[in-house]
Parts: sequence; structure tokens; C-alpha cells
Amino acid sequence: METEFSDLLCIGAGLAGERVAVEAASQGFKALCLSLVPPRRSHSSAAQGGMQAALGNCAMGEGDSPDVHFEDTVKGSDWGCDQEVARLFVETAPRAVREMAFWGIPWNRVVPGKSTYFKGGKQYEKVEAKEKEGLITARSFGGTAKWRTCYTSDGTGHTLLYTMDNKVVELGVKVHDRMEAISLIHDGETCMGAVVRDLKTGKLRAYLAKATLIATGGYGRIYRETTNAVINEGAGAIIALDTGIVPIGNPEAVQFHPTGIVPTHILVTEGCRGDGGTLLDVNEDRFMPEYEPEKAELASRDVVSRWMIHHIRRGLGVKGHYGDHLWLDIRHLGAHHIKTKLREVEEICNNFLGIDPITQLIPVRPAQHYTMAGVRTDKDGAAYGLKGLFAAGEAACWDLHGFNRLGGNSLAETVVAGKIVGEKIAEFLKGYEVSFKTSVIRDCMVRDLERIERLVSCKDGNEDVYRIRNAMQDELMDRVGIFRNGTDLQKAVDNLEEIYERAKKVGIRSNWIGASPELTLAIKIQGMVRLALCVAYGALKRTESRGCHAREDFEARNDRDWLNRTLATWKEGDSLPTLNYEPASRVIALPPGSRGYGESKIISADEETSEEA
Amino acid sequence: MGRNLKFNIFRYNPLDSRSVPHTDSFSLEETDSMTLFIALTRIREEQDPSLQFDFCCRAGICGSCAMVINGRPGLACKTLTRELPDEITLMPLPVFKLIGDLSVDTGTWFRAMNEKVGSWIHTDKTLDPDAHEERMDNALAEEIYELERCVECGCCVASCGTANMREDFVGAVALNRIARFMLDPRDQRKEREYFEVIGTDEGIFGCMGLLACEDVCPKELPLQDQLGILRRKMGWSAVKHLFRFG
Ligand SMILES: Cc1cc2nc3c(=O)[nH]c(=O)nc-3n(C[C@H](O)[C@H](O)[C@H](O)COP(=O)(O)OP(=O)(O)OC[C@H]3O[C@@H](n4cnc5c(N)ncnc54)[C@H](O)[C@@H]3O)c2cc1C
Ligand code: SF4
Ligand code: SF4
Ligand code: FES
Repeated sequence: METEFSDLLCIGAGLAGERVAVEAASQGFKALCLSLVPPRRSHSSAAQGGMQAALGNCAMGEGDSPDVHFEDTVKGSDWGCDQEVARLFVETAPRAVREMAFWGIPWNRVVPGKSTYFKGGKQYEKVEAKEKEGLITARSFGGTAKWRTCYTSDGTGHTLLYTMDNKVVELGVKVHDRMEAISLIHDGETCMGAVVRDLKTGKLRAYLAKATLIATGGYGRIYRETTNAVINEGAGAIIALDTGIVPIGNPEAVQFHPTGIVPTHILVTEGCRGDGGTLLDVNEDRFMPEYEPEKAELASRDVVSRWMIHHIRRGLGVKGHYGDHLWLDIRHLGAHHIKTKLREVEEICNNFLGIDPITQLIPVRPAQHYTMAGVRTDKDGAAYGLKGLFAAGEAACWDLHGFNRLGGNSLAETVVAGKIVGEKIAEFLKGYEVSFKTSVIRDCMVRDLERIERLVSCKDGNEDVYRIRNAMQDELMDRVGIFRNGTDLQKAVDNLEEIYERAKKVGIRSNWIGASPELTLAIKIQGMVRLALCVAYGALKRTESRGCHAREDFEARNDRDWLNRTLATWKEGDSLPTLNYEPASRVIALPPGSRGYGESKIISADEETSEEA
Repeated sequence: MGRNLKFNIFRYNPLDSRSVPHTDSFSLEETDSMTLFIALTRIREEQDPSLQFDFCCRAGICGSCAMVINGRPGLACKTLTRELPDEITLMPLPVFKLIGDLSVDTGTWFRAMNEKVGSWIHTDKTLDPDAHEERMDNALAEEIYELERCVECGCCVASCGTANMREDFVGAVALNRIARFMLDPRDQRKEREYFEVIGTDEGIFGCMGLLACEDVCPKELPLQDQLGILRRKMGWSAVKHLFRFG
């Protein structure tokens, strides 16, 4: 059996995983990262918008501070976040941005003097101060009181990830790419590493470590339509859930984005609507003002997404080969504006749709976008339930985002949590010894080998793995999407249970020698369906609306009964997760109130009578 | 009804002793806005689940999906089938080690490249976490970003005559990376130190200047300009170098 040893095993080499590895390595520990793809191809590279940190350098960010950032974050989360974590985060974010500058990010900088900007389709003027020249500047993002989003042109995630990986190369941290962790090695109390499948050869290897970090990113691919990369299939959450001990926090908390292009669901920026773009239906009529007379297309992400789906359900979508969609219209903004301010949108339209947005309409539909849910950790990043297991980044439920993540807060989370959790892991490693029990390692290995053997020999059946995956994705998309209600959710749970039974009967139909993409998916298909069941079941049980979790049959946010976090675990042999709950936040610095945007019906904590559904 | 497309795809699984390099053909009906990402995914899921290829972001951002498309290296996810004839031939990128079918190992190559050119800010300063960041002119930040846009897809390497002939040639991508750091005032390396990395036949003097690299770069990086600037600087530096040590 091939075995690798390290002090810290980072499962994931996106921004979060690499930042943690950098911290541990800087403190003299041996860190090793795994990734499904070469590290710089991790999905962090796709973030274009930017990361939030209250630097307050630019004119529109004047007067910003961690306090204001804190308030925006807690409100954004609809009071679902852990407020201690939010506080820690906002205080650290400015330092993290400066650290990244020191390591080489070419952040855009303040240019003194007058310039113009668009808001709600109108043009305004601002003046940047001379004394701030050359400091890191920021742009506007939804849900924030100040301009706080630091950026590098249209490639913030790209430059962050390249700079972070440069640091990894500098420190000599090894990244084993095309490697997939398929289970955690643990004895019910302590985590000792992971069983890893080599995606070049198909071979299994044991990676043993004193500390193991899950930093596998989001898992949008359990939905049919998502802005996420194709590798975002949830392996990190799956291996945690498979322990039977480690919980997934708030599985039902899933964010959608209104404008994914059809058919590939590549994101086109909010900037289109911010600058005055409109949404049209099959008759090329603008429909948002009908639903949201005041804000129209500029209402928050969830609200716009919801009305879009509602309008499609009314039969007013445009029929196409890939299902019904709506149109995004930016033609009236004119060639000059599109070519300068919305360049990446023009490129996406040209390259992936073959259309010209200056003269043509863009087909769009809401798509899954962000996973607030994740491996539940404490504020140090230590996972609940297993000693030596940690999580950070989108894969974790640290819980900064509660039921809704603010744009720009997730890139920031990766580097901030990476820094904090990295420091905590270094502390943990000092003087920590673990005995790697050979029997435990062997058992884990044998179990995975057997699992694979059953799949390739079609011992349990010959269900087509792609069909199972598609059925699961349809179920989540159609019934556990943007609007939710008890009837549909119950149906989704029932159907997913059936799909789960079928997933147990998957068999490999092709030549599986070597890397085999079919086998790669088949190994995690049961886990994916279990994850899907956590999402659907968590959503069914949460009989309120909060942030992105919008129940048509329970429209109010219910702080009396639901100011809490779902914790889903999976007991071996069960067909449904076990749900427990904990208070959303132990410390409450900002008491629940109105967010100041979106519709809000609130049942407050001290209300006596229970509201009718 | 869309066109009927015929795909001729290179097949070889080096781990399977029975496998020999050959071409398999698949046909598929074209749909609206079909990209090679959509087409290949459908072929795998509907016709041959063993077909190997790499996609990640499917949005032209991550550089995973470079392959040779009708003779020309490019990003498959960013290629619309309607820009191609009815018959589409797909081959893996040359130069890089083959994993199987259309999948090649770019990770190992690029890690080695990054180590070789020292792709990080070399400085003896330490960071004061509570101080303001060092100021930088926005125009310079944007200039650095222009060169930092490279996605390490490998198209320039695959199309390069020198890289195809000699394994140790660093490629346009590495030369562009050096140019990026030379622009950056935070990197304290001296010209001489850059010269040691690329002022050789493995580096800038191995380049024949035919510029296939710039032609195929999906990010349209100004490789030609960068190679020119480096060649001039390095030529000059070489003279100084010889003078000083020769
Ligand atoms: C289109 C898009 C645009 C976005 N724009 C913004 C933005 O402007 N601002 C913002 O703040 N946020 C944005 N986000 C969100 C943000 O980009 C992500 O939340 C963040 O980058 C996630 O980083 P990460 O390190 O947690 O995960 P990732 O970068 O996704 O990295 C995950 C890593 O885990 C590895 N991995 C996964 N499974 C396994 C396994 N089983 N074994 C081994 N390795 C594994 C992967 O290979 C990868 O290296 C955007 C997201 C999308 C989809
Ligand atoms: S110009 Fe130089 S680097 Fe570019 S393809 Fe030709 S030989 Fe290769
Ligand atoms: S320089 Fe261009 S072609 Fe070469 S690796 Fe970078 S993006 Fe690809
Ligand atoms: S899949 Fe990322 S560039 Fe093509």
C-alpha cells in the first residue's frame, strides 16, 4: 500500500486550501495539498467581481469600517450567521487584502479626480481624493452600504489564486493534482487522513496526516443548472457526511443567481442590470416592474431570481432547445458602454453563445450559484465531531454567510478563514502526536477497494450513473430550487429516496482501466444523492423563509422558532439524514431586525401566538 | 434540425495494455450555441463513458480544456461548433504527457515552469500587517494584470516549434511570466538574475520568433511584444554579463 505522510493534509488547493497550507508551511510544518485539477484551475479562479474588505480608500467607501461591514454581513445572512465569526472576519479582512498585495496582487488603485459611474441605469459623478492616490480601491456590490469590493479588473479570483499558488511554489509546498479524496480515515474520534484515488491511474493511496483540512469548495453540481465548475460535485461534504459523525451545517441554504446564460449557465455579471439592463419575456415585454414597482431589475438576487421563475411558470418564458428562458437586454446601453464597461459580458456572449449583445438579446435563466452549507466547524475551523479534522472556504459552514452570502464576501472568506484556520491548525499541531492505527487504515482502504470492485463488476446492478445523476439534479432543480413549498419538497424527498436506492445499483459500463471518468462519478454518486437528500429534507423541515430559503407556504422569517442552524448527519444504513439544531449565534451583537431590502414578514422571538401557514 | 456533426477523436489509454492509439468517430446532431464542452459531454454520457477529456470552468477561465481542434490548439469550451465544419477532428495537446485520449498532464509541466522561473515576488522586506499597503500607480497595476491574465492552458507551448523539438525550452508562457515580474516594482530581482533564468537557449535565445504562440493564445496576450522586449533586454544584459565576468 502506497502511503504519504504529512503534518497537514489539505484536501483542496483552491484559495482556502492553499492559504491554510501556506500558513502551516510558514510555521515549519509539512503541508501537502490535493486537488482534482492543477491548483490554478480550481474554481476560485472563476470569481471575477472582487473581495470585500473595509479599507475605506475610495470616495464611495469613505467612512467604511469593520463595523459597517459587520452589519452588512449579518443583515445579508438574514441573521443566520455566527456573529462571533462575522466579527473576526471583518476585522481580519483588511489585513488579508494587504497581505495579498504584499505577495503580488495587482489590485486596482485609487485614481484621483472626477469620474462617472452608473447606478440603476443613471449616470453619476464622484471625485477621488488626491491623498488616497495609489491605495487599493473598491467597487460597489449588492447588499453593501459602502463600496468595499477590492478587485483586479475582471479577474480577481484569477489573480488571487495565481498569487497564492506562487506562494505555495515559493514555500515548496507539494500539490498532488488529479487526486481525489474518496473517504476520511478515522476511528470515530480522530481523523488521520484520507483514502485518495489517483485520477491519472485509478490507483488508491493512503494519505496520513496529523491534521486534515476539507477545502473542496462549493457543490453546485448537485443541481442541474449552476454557475459552478464541473468539478464542484461535493466530494468534501460527502466524505465528511460519510463519517456518520461530522454534520453538514444548513444544507438547505443554497444561493441562486438570476443571470446564468442558457445553455451553459455561465454567469453574466450583476453589472448588466446595475447599469440599466432589463429583463424581457417571450413577448419581449419588460416584466420586473410589474412585480417590483420600485426596484424592478435591481431588487436583490433572490428576489429577481424568484420572479423570473414565477414568470416562466406563468408560461411567459421563451421556449428553447434547453428549456424555457428569459431575455437579458443591454442593447440600449450602446456599443461604447458595452465595449468598455461590460467587456467580459460581450466576450461571454460572443464566445459561448455566438451572439452580439449590442444588437441581440441574451438568453438567461437563474442558476444555482453558492453553497452556504458545508462541513460545520467552530470559529477555529475545527470540524464538529472528529479531532484533527478542519474545514475552510466554501466547503465549510464556519458560518459567515448564514442563509445568504453577500457578493464579495466569499473570496474574502477564503483568504481570511485560510489565515485564521491556518494559525489555529499550527497551534494544534504543536506538540500534537497521533498514532496512525494500521488496522483502521487497512479497514478504510479495504472498504473503498471493495466499493470499487462491486462497481466495476456490476455486482449490485447496472444502473447508468449519468441517468441517476440527472434524475437527482432534476429533482433539486425543479422542487428544491428558488421557490419551495411543503408539497414539492415532500415529493422531492420521496423521489430522492427512490433515486438513492437506484444509486446503490450502479454498475460501470465502459473500460474502467486507468482514470475512468465513469468510475470517478460512480464512486461518489451515492454520496451525492445523500447530500441532495440533506438539502431537500433540511428545506422541508425548515418551516419559515430566511435569506435564500424561500417557502411559499411559510413566508415569514420566524425568529421565535427558527433562529437556528440545521445540523445534518447521516447514520450508516439510513435512507434519510438525522437533523439536529443549534442556535444560529451564541453571541448576538446585532439583534434580529429588518434587512431593509426584499420583502420582510417577521415573526419576532418574543411573539406568543403561532402564525397560520 | 441541426447539422449532423462527425467527430474524429484520438483515443489511447496508456494504462491499458490492449489499447493502441487510434481514432474513433462519433456523430451528433448540432444544437443551438453548442460548444465543444456540450458536444464532448454528450458523447461521453450518451455514447462512450470511457472517453477522457478535461473541462473545469467551461467558461474559458481556468485553462483546463486546451486540445488540438482541426489542427489548431485552442480552448474547447470556448469553441462553438457552428464555427467549425461538419467534420471535427480532436487531438490531445503535444509536448505534454498524455494521460488518456484528449487529456494531458499540464499540472506537472506548469509547476516545474513556475519553479524554474521563480514565479513569485522576490523581496527581503517583511510585511507590517497594520500599516497601509504600499502605493502603486493604477496604470501600472493594470499593466501587470494584462500579463497576469495567462491561464496556463499550454496552447502557446503546443504550437511552438522549439518546444516541440527541445524538451527543456521554457516556452512563451514562461517568458511572459518573467516579463510580468520585471514590470513589478515589488520584485527586487536584478536584471542579471532574470537573465540567469532565461538568457539561454532554453529561454529567450531558443525562440525562433515565428509567433505561433501569440496566434493561438486564447487570452490574446501580447506575447510578441514581450518576447521582443525580453530579447532586447537580455541581449543587452548578455553583453554586460560577458563584459563583467568574461
Ligand atoms: C462564477 C462564479 C463567480 C464568483 N464570483 C465571486 C466574486 O466576485 N466574489 C466572491 O467573493 N466570490 C465569488 N464567487 C464565489 C467564490 O469564488 C468561491 O466561493 C471561492 O472561490 C471558493 O474557494 P475555495 O477555496 O473554498 O474552493 P475552490 O476554489 O472551489 O477549490 C476547491 C478545491 O478542492 C479541490 N477538490 C475538490 N474535491 C476534492 C477531492 N475530493 N479531493 C481532492 N481535492 C478536491 C479542487 O480541485 C480545488 O482545488 C464566485 C463563484 C462563481 C461560481
Ligand atoms: S515565437 Fe518563440 S515562443 Fe513563440 S512559438 Fe515561436 S519559438 Fe515558440
Ligand atoms: S500565454 Fe496564452 S496560450 Fe500560453 S499558456 Fe498563457 S494563456 Fe495559454
Ligand atoms: S474548461 Fe476552463 S477554460 Fe475551458
